[in-house]
Amino acid sequence: MSKYVVKRVLLMIPTILGAGILVFLMMRLLPGDICLIRIAGDGMGVSDEALARCRAEFGLDKPLWAQFIDFAVGYATFDFGKSMWTTNPITHEIGLRFQLSLQIAIMGTITAVAIALPLGVISAIRQNTWMDYVVRTFAIAGIAIPSFWLGIMIILGMLILTQIWFGSPWMLPVEYRPIWEDPLHNLSQTIWPALATGYRYSAVITRMTRSAMLEVLREDYIRTARAKGLMEKVIRTRHALKNAMLPVVTLIGIEFAFLIGGLVVTEQVFNLNGLGQLFVDAVNAHDYTLVQALVMLVVAVFVVTNLVVDLVYAWFDPRIHYS
Amino acid sequence: MALLEIRDLVTQFDTTAGTVQAVDGISYTVEEGETVAVVGESGCGKSVSALSVLRLIPNPPGRIAGGSIRFMGRDLLSLDEEEIREIRGRDIGMVFQEPMTSLNPVLSVGVQLTETILRHRDVPSAAAEERALDLLRMVGISEPERRLRQYPHHLSGGMRQRVMIALALSCEPKLIIADEPTTALDVTIQAQILELMKDLTKRLGASLIVITHNLGVVARYADRVNVMYAGRIIESGSARQIYHHPRHPYTLGLLASVPRLDQPRGTRLVPIEGQPPDLTRLDGGCSFRPRCRFVEPACAEARPPLVRVESVGSGHDAACFRSAALGEAAA
Repeated sequence: MSKYVVKRVLLMIPTILGAGILVFLMMRLLPGDICLIRIAGDGMGVSDEALARCRAEFGLDKPLWAQFIDFAVGYATFDFGKSMWTTNPITHEIGLRFQLSLQIAIMGTITAVAIALPLGVISAIRQNTWMDYVVRTFAIAGIAIPSFWLGIMIILGMLILTQIWFGSPWMLPVEYRPIWEDPLHNLSQTIWPALATGYRYSAVITRMTRSAMLEVLREDYIRTARAKGLMEKVIRTRHALKNAMLPVVTLIGIEFAFLIGGLVVTEQVFNLNGLGQLFVDAVNAHDYTLVQALVMLVVAVFVVTNLVVDLVYAWFDPRIHYS
Repeated sequence: MALLEIRDLVTQFDTTAGTVQAVDGISYTVEEGETVAVVGESGCGKSVSALSVLRLIPNPPGRIAGGSIRFMGRDLLSLDEEEIREIRGRDIGMVFQEPMTSLNPVLSVGVQLTETILRHRDVPSAAAEERALDLLRMVGISEPERRLRQYPHHLSGGMRQRVMIALALSCEPKLIIADEPTTALDVTIQAQILELMKDLTKRLGASLIVITHNLGVVARYADRVNVMYAGRIIESGSARQIYHHPRHPYTLGLLASVPRLDQPRGTRLVPIEGQPPDLTRLDGGCSFRPRCRFVEPACAEARPPLVRVESVGSGHDAACFRSAALGEAAA
């Protein structure tokens, strides 16, 4: 098993290298570069001399392959460079935002799984009853409603309700503080985006849990379990759910990795400085180093999540054996 | 009093084509220590009748619509869910047809055995494990300690069916229902499994219902045989009566269509022509009529009842207007 993990970690290197080449080339395919944007942004005429100086500063005057070597060597030695726009170190730019995005992704996942598994199971074992219809409606609504709209509704609802109950509206905090510094402040800020994204997320997982459970409940071994006189509760959890979890786990992994970098609008609604907004800004500014760093981070999250999902598979299903 | 007494059992399924009487008023009894075979083609209702005993018919679409099933004096059909769950696995054990899919792939053999024991017996889990080891030894599985930790996919088909038998025996049931226990196995393994079941039920004093379409199984292992066709029992008797003195054209056809070692080489097998009837379109006459070589006008008028026939020994019933003629022809 540990041998398998080592092998998988080594296999991450070509994946990450490939992603690096792709993002490096694609950024350079965009018309214009960071120096044009920086200097033209002053509203003055652009002198060729200033442009050349700026390009020399960022190493953009070197041939492409040399630039790529710099990029690759930097990452190999954990030197991620500086943002071309703010000139702060990349780690500084991303650090706190990654923490925020990761926290919301984790909280969203917990919310989603806590809602989705019970609902999916109930929906399957009460198939075609009113409970099933309620759950399915809830799930369809979750897929149809964008999380940023739900976010706006949550904020509006909170303002209105606190106005009615306490006489003055309560607005969620704007400034992010890590959870270990000020848990109450942190949670009162992050729980709402986690709920808003967790709802859509739970809808997807509820549907997958339901269909996987329906399939498993028709299996012969469920009939065997009934013939042994086992309680329905035991049959559902130990015998059925464990078998139904494989596709569900896959989906959880994909959705989790998506939450890390994909929450642009929802972050804006909740005034959060997460990775999604930073991504958009970095692309707009042609901030090569920052975009590269963000893409590499998201790729790394995907790769690690995939590995974790595969390891969880083996735990759920003993037929899957890694060596 | 018989151990199991089934009276006029009717099990229906709702289908898009209408309601189907998969089991259409069958009655039979199983005495203590007796082995009863239920024989018939696919779709004749033999498995459904067996599943009905433990009320394992999936509902919807299925339902037990009538009759009574008395087991050790209790009417199984009037028990509530909790009471029937107590009986399942404890008083009545079940062995299914497909050993490949009837064991849960994600639970170890040990878990699947001990959970049954712990469900029905008030014992510590160490004792349940000890019992599971005994069971594996009893069904002839080598290295039981290792097997206990293994998963079904580590075992061959024959091994898995042994585990299924161990499961069915785990709480020393009074009755074991085996639904085509050997159909999915290699021929060489089939004999082993049947010998094992026969031997163990005898040792434990349990009764056995074997659902099968294999007449060879019947001849060798069953005390009594019920032949089913289109949801009904059309002939019932001792293994010897059914095998050597059949009184129903369908039974006769079944026997003619299987190879027998006591016949000279080169004897042609005679298949039963036609297909089993569509259960949604049964009329008032004999359901075997379209395929019967002995058909006469009376067969279309009414369904022949299952009645006692003259035979060697006693207790031989057949549902055919011409059973007497059949007996004379054979004699």
